[in-house]
Amino acid sequence: MTGLETSAATIRAGRIRRARRRTIASLVLAVLLVVLAAAMLMFGNTFYTPAQVWGVIVGQDVPGASFTVGTLRIPRLVAGILAGIAFGVAGSTFQTMLRNPLASPDVIGITSGASAAAVLALVVLHWSAGATTALALGVGIATAVVIYLAARGGESTGGRLILIGIGIGAMLDAVVQFLVQRASEWDVAVAMRWLTGSLNGVQPDRLWPLVAGVVVLVPVILGVSRGLRALELGDASATALGVSVSSTRVILIVAAVALACVATATTGPIAFVALLSGPIATRIVGPGAPALLSAGLVGACLVLGADLIGQFAFDTAFPVGVITGIGAPYLLFLLIRMSRNGGSS
Amino acid sequence: MTLDHSLAANALSSGYGSRTIVDGVDLELPPGKISVIVGANACGKSTLLKTMSRLVRPSSGAVVLDGAAIDKVPTKKLATTLGLLPQQPIAPEGIAVADLVGRGRHPHQKMFRAWTTEDDEAVAEALTATGVADLADRSVDELSGGQRQRVWIAMALAQNTDVLLLDEPTTFLDLAHQVEVLDLLTDLNLSRGTTIAMVLHDINLAARYADHLFAMRAGKLVASGAPSEVVTPALIDQVFGLDAEVILDPVSHTPLVIPRGRHHADSRPTHIGAPA
Repeated sequence: MTGLETSAATIRAGRIRRARRRTIASLVLAVLLVVLAAAMLMFGNTFYTPAQVWGVIVGQDVPGASFTVGTLRIPRLVAGILAGIAFGVAGSTFQTMLRNPLASPDVIGITSGASAAAVLALVVLHWSAGATTALALGVGIATAVVIYLAARGGESTGGRLILIGIGIGAMLDAVVQFLVQRASEWDVAVAMRWLTGSLNGVQPDRLWPLVAGVVVLVPVILGVSRGLRALELGDASATALGVSVSSTRVILIVAAVALACVATATTGPIAFVALLSGPIATRIVGPGAPALLSAGLVGACLVLGADLIGQFAFDTAFPVGVITGIGAPYLLFLLIRMSRNGGSS
Repeated sequence: MTLDHSLAANALSSGYGSRTIVDGVDLELPPGKISVIVGANACGKSTLLKTMSRLVRPSSGAVVLDGAAIDKVPTKKLATTLGLLPQQPIAPEGIAVADLVGRGRHPHQKMFRAWTTEDDEAVAEALTATGVADLADRSVDELSGGQRQRVWIAMALAQNTDVLLLDEPTTFLDLAHQVEVLDLLTDLNLSRGTTIAMVLHDINLAARYADHLFAMRAGKLVASGAPSEVVTPALIDQVFGLDAEVILDPVSHTPLVIPRGRHHADSRPTHIGAPA
């Protein structure tokens, strides 16, 4: 069985063809994101034309629009885009690294930990945005460590990690409910934010931890994405290819957990965005390479799209996390598949 | 060429936790040759290979490449000389054959550096050498076990290392594909001069394809040398605890181990279907 010969030119052509598909798909996602962003700035209780919105963006004083767009809609938009990117990149990083579509920080309880910390800091202790984020970060990482320690050893670590994570997540969600109920300012909107995520009432001065988190952590993850590509082949192959497996993994875990946590501290754990973005991005850009950046774009599109639907599609406005909650059947599908495969998913 | 590189184990011990699996092994891979490590299940042959490819840390002693202990060499630099095909590598879902083989280029690439012609050439050569050039654009998921193993070997080739270690490269393959993979590795050894060391289960295939055999028992090296010198009934008994005759393989004139077993002994003439 002697195969045909092939040349560098043929290999190059195939590689470029696949890369071009990825680039075009990412551009389409970027365009979609811009369209959704424009819609979010234009629509609301009052409609503003693109010209008016543009005027606000470039700093002109547009009557009415300057307040509505500048103070309400732009912070909401920025929070939505950045949280979407953060959840998408963090989820896709975990899923690729652990080679399991269920291993997303929102499924395995990490965002629940961050959310419990955030609700404690904000609603009960009335801390600042920075301190809240720091606590959410600390608790999120601690949650990840606890899950890891509880799940390690023996066969089928992946499956056990996910089940333990789901259990710990449920416990932490109960903590969130408890804290929200005990707080004097108990209301449905606050509760929804910390249970399913919401962009309502995002304040511009509370956005900076999320901005800083995305600006710093996304490049960190992309910087070690070559190592992630080797890790996808298994620890042994990655070592053989010259990747320092443990340090690459620690960088990826810390950065992805931190990303999910800073986003959670700002918008709450927007349901299922981290779980869904990676698989959707892979569908769109094609298999064969981790689609981290495209997963970020998909995450941002999901958040903006769901927020638009939540604001305008129904008689009552729903927070974004209620709409993205329709991702639940996908989680169910993955869990059923995992139990059929005996925990290996 | 590759005769410059020497990979050796010096008083090497390793294991998992406090359990010692490899126990004070001294060996040197003959440069430019095919070495095969054989032994019974759980004798430590796989762990020895894993320790020599730095997947398992030595508990004492050292693995030495060109005079330097491999845990002192930067892992990426080491990966340009020493390659490994693990027993169960994982292919990312939906990846194209050429892309998977291209991942073998990792140690030759720098962060953010664009893909070079050299990389494409290495991938093309590896695909051609392993006979899977026509599968380049196919998804790895669609391939048969034998084709897939060729693709993994192609990835290890694209890494372009002078020393290549393989952990049971023929497991899960039927006999025809086992022979095919071993023939392929011999081709590569002859054409590129790659030093190859692998763990094989089948003593007869090992005796045929090895230039040099290392036999292990209970973590220790008990024999080392050309198959025709070391494969004897006494060694088979010592290593596998098996009563066997050793005859000459009628095809290759290498030792062929015939287990005696408790049944089926018969003294009539042999040679069914020998060429007329």
